[in-house]
Amino acid sequence: MAELGRIYLRLIGARARSQLEYRASLALQIVGSALLTLLDFVMILVLFENVPELDGWSVQEVALLYGIAGISFALTDLIVGHLDLFPQMIRDGTFDQILVRPLPSLLQVIASDFSLRRIGKVLQGVAVLTVALAAADIDWTLGRAVMVPLAIVSGVLIYTGVWIALATIAFWIVDAIEFVNAFTYGGNFLSAYPITIFGRWLRNLVLFVIPIAFVAYFPALYILDRPDELGLPDGLRYASPFVAVLTVLVARVVWENAVRHYRSAGG
Amino acid sequence: MAEPVIQVEGVEKRFVVRVKRGLLRRERREVAAVDGIGFEIERGTIVGYLGPNGAGKSTTVKMLTGILVPSGGRIRVAGLDPSRRRVELARRIGVVFGQRSQLWWDLPLRDSFDLLRHIYRVPAARHRENLDRFTDVLALAPFLDTPVRQLSLGQRMRGELTAALLHDPEIVFLDEPTIGLDVVAKAAVRDFLGEVNRERGVTVLLTTHDLADIERLCSRLLIIDHGHLIWDGGLDELRRQHGPERTLVVDLEEAAPPLELPGARVVKVEGPRQWLAFRRDETSAAELIAAVAAQARLLDVAIEETEIEEIVRRIYAAGVAPRAT
Repeated sequence: MAELGRIYLRLIGARARSQLEYRASLALQIVGSALLTLLDFVMILVLFENVPELDGWSVQEVALLYGIAGISFALTDLIVGHLDLFPQMIRDGTFDQILVRPLPSLLQVIASDFSLRRIGKVLQGVAVLTVALAAADIDWTLGRAVMVPLAIVSGVLIYTGVWIALATIAFWIVDAIEFVNAFTYGGNFLSAYPITIFGRWLRNLVLFVIPIAFVAYFPALYILDRPDELGLPDGLRYASPFVAVLTVLVARVVWENAVRHYRSAGG
Repeated sequence: MAEPVIQVEGVEKRFVVRVKRGLLRRERREVAAVDGIGFEIERGTIVGYLGPNGAGKSTTVKMLTGILVPSGGRIRVAGLDPSRRRVELARRIGVVFGQRSQLWWDLPLRDSFDLLRHIYRVPAARHRENLDRFTDVLALAPFLDTPVRQLSLGQRMRGELTAALLHDPEIVFLDEPTIGLDVVAKAAVRDFLGEVNRERGVTVLLTTHDLADIERLCSRLLIIDHGHLIWDGGLDELRRQHGPERTLVVDLEEAAPPLELPGARVVKVEGPRQWLAFRRDETSAAELIAAVAAQARLLDVAIEETEIEEIVRRIYAAGVAPRAT
């Protein structure tokens, strides 16, 4: 395990080094993506210009959801965002090359890139979360303080698991990227809102199928000490780390099975 | 017979394709890319694996290296089932796909080798020793610090071969390693492979379209077509049985009626150019050229060998699939 961690760092280190060759352009891209992502948050502010609260959630509280979900998603994008290009790796035979190396295929696909420019989105999320934590009415305890980073780590694992599981569609259908994006980027959008505002089927989707309700909503219930208006079990507000580990394990099984169905390109 | 390092028994690979039937209906149909092949390869040999495009060559190599899971049959490479013990096997084999790179595009060649050292967990001293040796034999020194994307095709191929051999593999699989290279680079690649085979006892399985690769390197040929093995034996034997004729192309000073020569027949005439077919076991090219020069003023000559595709066609035309053992 430690060995795999070291080789991962070595591989992404090589990618990062070549990106650092063009520092000025990298800096511009980081600032650009931070600003662009900030527009998302401006949308939420505009929304609250018109309504005082959203299903009982104040603007500070929704900002907390947005901050946790935003950082988790941005970190995931940094680590596995290039899974967008996975269909391309299948099409051009790069994946064949991966399969003849003595490392797990999933590790190599994840380590095949590391887009430093996506750090901009992380920075934007950190800024929003910092303001939200300061502005929201939180009764701080040790447990709540620990839950903030724990929720972010769990969020990264949940998003990563979902992203990997969806990427395996490419083993059967090469051009499914828009479909996959609907769930990954769409999921990020959904997790920035209290799930109480969704209709029943969308709520069930984010609870049971693609468990993004555990990225920000349930940890936020705990941090803000809010009752759950849906009447779901109380324990769910602590469940994110377990859901995260489960999601990643399921994603791994899905991946390993999918690789055995790999058809390779060309004759 | 030495211990077989590759064993293939009744191996099949079927793909499901969907065929359009009418406006909306699609039918599933199974296509066999490899349809029940079997062979064994002894340790330390160089074997050429040939066949027309789409014959099932790459599919076989991909099953042997663990990339594809066979639909049926049994494969053992270095004693392992490739698709089930892919990672373990990967440590013991080297693979070069001629048209794809295993190197890091943006990094200097040397850095790619260094990453591979960590991926394969090669001890630093052994890595240095191997790299020094390959640098020497393949003359890598002038471009070791050049990013891979700036290398010429020939330089890159030398890098690919080094990358495939740095971890001391027992077996190397090479898919068209000389494709697109110039004559000098081709010769360098062949010399290197021959030497690696002799000095290190590495088993080599080579797919190629280039007859010269085979002539220079392979003691044994496997030919596959439509998913079936149609030949297993030596090159000379194959030539004797199915491709005994070579063609001498002569450019005369002026158009002439078809030449009449002992041991050769004119198969085509185009102005001053004539094509003469002759049997390699009866007439030498030198004799024939001398005979032509005695009859007409000769400007230029070229010898065409029978192409692999042509030999494959002839084996099929002969009806049965002959097997030399």
